[in-house]
Amino acid sequence: MKVRQVSVFVENQPGRLVAMLQALKAKDINIRALSIAEGADFGIVRMILSDPRLGSEALREAGFTVKETTVIQKEVPDRPGGLLETVAPLSEAGINVEYFYAFIDPTPGKADLILKVSDPDRALKVLGE
Amino acid sequence: MIWNPQYETMPRNELQKLQLERLKDVVARVYEKVPFYRQAFQERGLTPDSIRSLADLPKLPFTIKRDFRDNYPTGLLTVPMEQVCRVHASSGTTGKPIIAPYTANDLRMWTEVMARTLTCAGMTKNDVMQNAYGYGLFTGGLGFHYGGERVGATVIPSSTGNTKRQLMLIEDLGTTVLVCTPSYSLILAEAAIEMGVDLKLSKLRLGIMGAEPWSEQMRVEIEAKLPIQAIDIYGLTEVVGPGVCVECPNKCGMHIFEDHFLPEIVDPETGEPLPYGQRGELVITTLTKEAQPVIRFRTRDIVTLDPEPCVCGRTLVRMSKVTGRTDDMLIIRGVNVFPSQIESVLLEVEGVEPHYQIIVDRERHLDDLEIWVEVSEAVFSDEMRKMEGLQKKVKEEMEGTLGIGARIKLVEPKSIARTEGKAKRVVDRREL
Repeated sequence: MKVRQVSVFVENQPGRLVAMLQALKAKDINIRALSIAEGADFGIVRMILSDPRLGSEALREAGFTVKETTVIQKEVPDRPGGLLETVAPLSEAGINVEYFYAFIDPTPGKADLILKVSDPDRALKVLGE
Repeated sequence: MIWNPQYETMPRNELQKLQLERLKDVVARVYEKVPFYRQAFQERGLTPDSIRSLADLPKLPFTIKRDFRDNYPTGLLTVPMEQVCRVHASSGTTGKPIIAPYTANDLRMWTEVMARTLTCAGMTKNDVMQNAYGYGLFTGGLGFHYGGERVGATVIPSSTGNTKRQLMLIEDLGTTVLVCTPSYSLILAEAAIEMGVDLKLSKLRLGIMGAEPWSEQMRVEIEAKLPIQAIDIYGLTEVVGPGVCVECPNKCGMHIFEDHFLPEIVDPETGEPLPYGQRGELVITTLTKEAQPVIRFRTRDIVTLDPEPCVCGRTLVRMSKVTGRTDDMLIIRGVNVFPSQIESVLLEVEGVEPHYQIIVDRERHLDDLEIWVEVSEAVFSDEMRKMEGLQKKVKEEMEGTLGIGARIKLVEPKSIARTEGKAKRVVDRREL
């Protein structure tokens, strides 16, 4: 399914990540999944939040630059080969995966995958959703 | 030693008669040939006949850097391009440079004032001059080159950079006169120490330095680290390049070659003329340039003028070191940089004008330019590839426009300090 991911531009300076997390805590926002793409001077923090709209607002109020993106959330089997089986069909269909990250699902034997793809609608079809 | 005593030691009343004659000529020339000037004159009810004495000079309109931009590239020429035999260029306030064209006579005049310059600084035909000013569109390289050849010295066109090779040439070819920016001379001095080269054993004895402002303290440092007399020189592309004025070995102000460049001091706020001795903005009118004369050009440099004859025998007015500027222009590694140029690049690359901050510092005598660019939502992409691509593109376009390299740092909005809602655009940490 499609979900809203919140991306934040964060400078690679001490205190910035903490400030970001404090802004979310202040509004009682829970982070369900998180990934950081880091460069030399800055990073892009990508998060799945309990409330993306409120979370974005809280971060903007705290002075951060924020963007919301549509990504795909897909349940995958939590066993060797589980990820491969899910991603391979996308590759065969010529759909480009820009990035992905995974987090644990409360259901035993399941994990959740977040994918940013070039064509979300076609990707969902290929993934059988 | 005086290259051209007839003009350099001319009694002032004779000099003023000559200046008036030449002023009338140049005024007639631009009135006839340059629509921009004709219009400016007519707006003030002026014609060439309005100039009866030098006291009439302040009636004439000023020329500012923007007038060059508005008439880019050839709108201020008085001759067709076929008569232009050289074009130089310098930084303008936006993406376009200032164009400086020269006819054959202009080049002869420039060579003459450069020969005077080098001789005034103490150079002779027996010297070996190493020219570490940049060759190319910049007026420094070729200006000194032609002057050096005219004086009959041995000229080494080493241009900028390649410090190791510069030191090798100084040692092996017996360089006696080094011409370069003051900060580069210190880079050379330090590189020599690192390489175990003792420049006190070289034949160096004189340095002629300009293209950027430098303090008396810096001169003391240069003369301690290099076995040279360090002489100050000043010039600007809109007027001719280097060769407007230079110190004699008495180092008591820079003699302006007033038979070619008529100087005034004005109040930077009101434009009213100020008397000799008062600090104000230097304004220059070219008296003999053909291709692109300029009338009352506002240099934005703050100086004082002293008309008393010098112990060297020259009667030409002496200009103090530049003590400040009236605009926001920076000189970084000898290159003029305007914040507005930086703005224009950011606007072009990003489609929006983000907040930015210019940080200038000097590390081991080399100027360093870093530009902080605020990542607002309009500019932010979720993809690292795109953000890095953006940084790279800004860096490339910036270097292309400014002519020097800058580090580009993408920062959060919070990082650019704001006082009263206005971001501080330039942080210059150098102590010049």
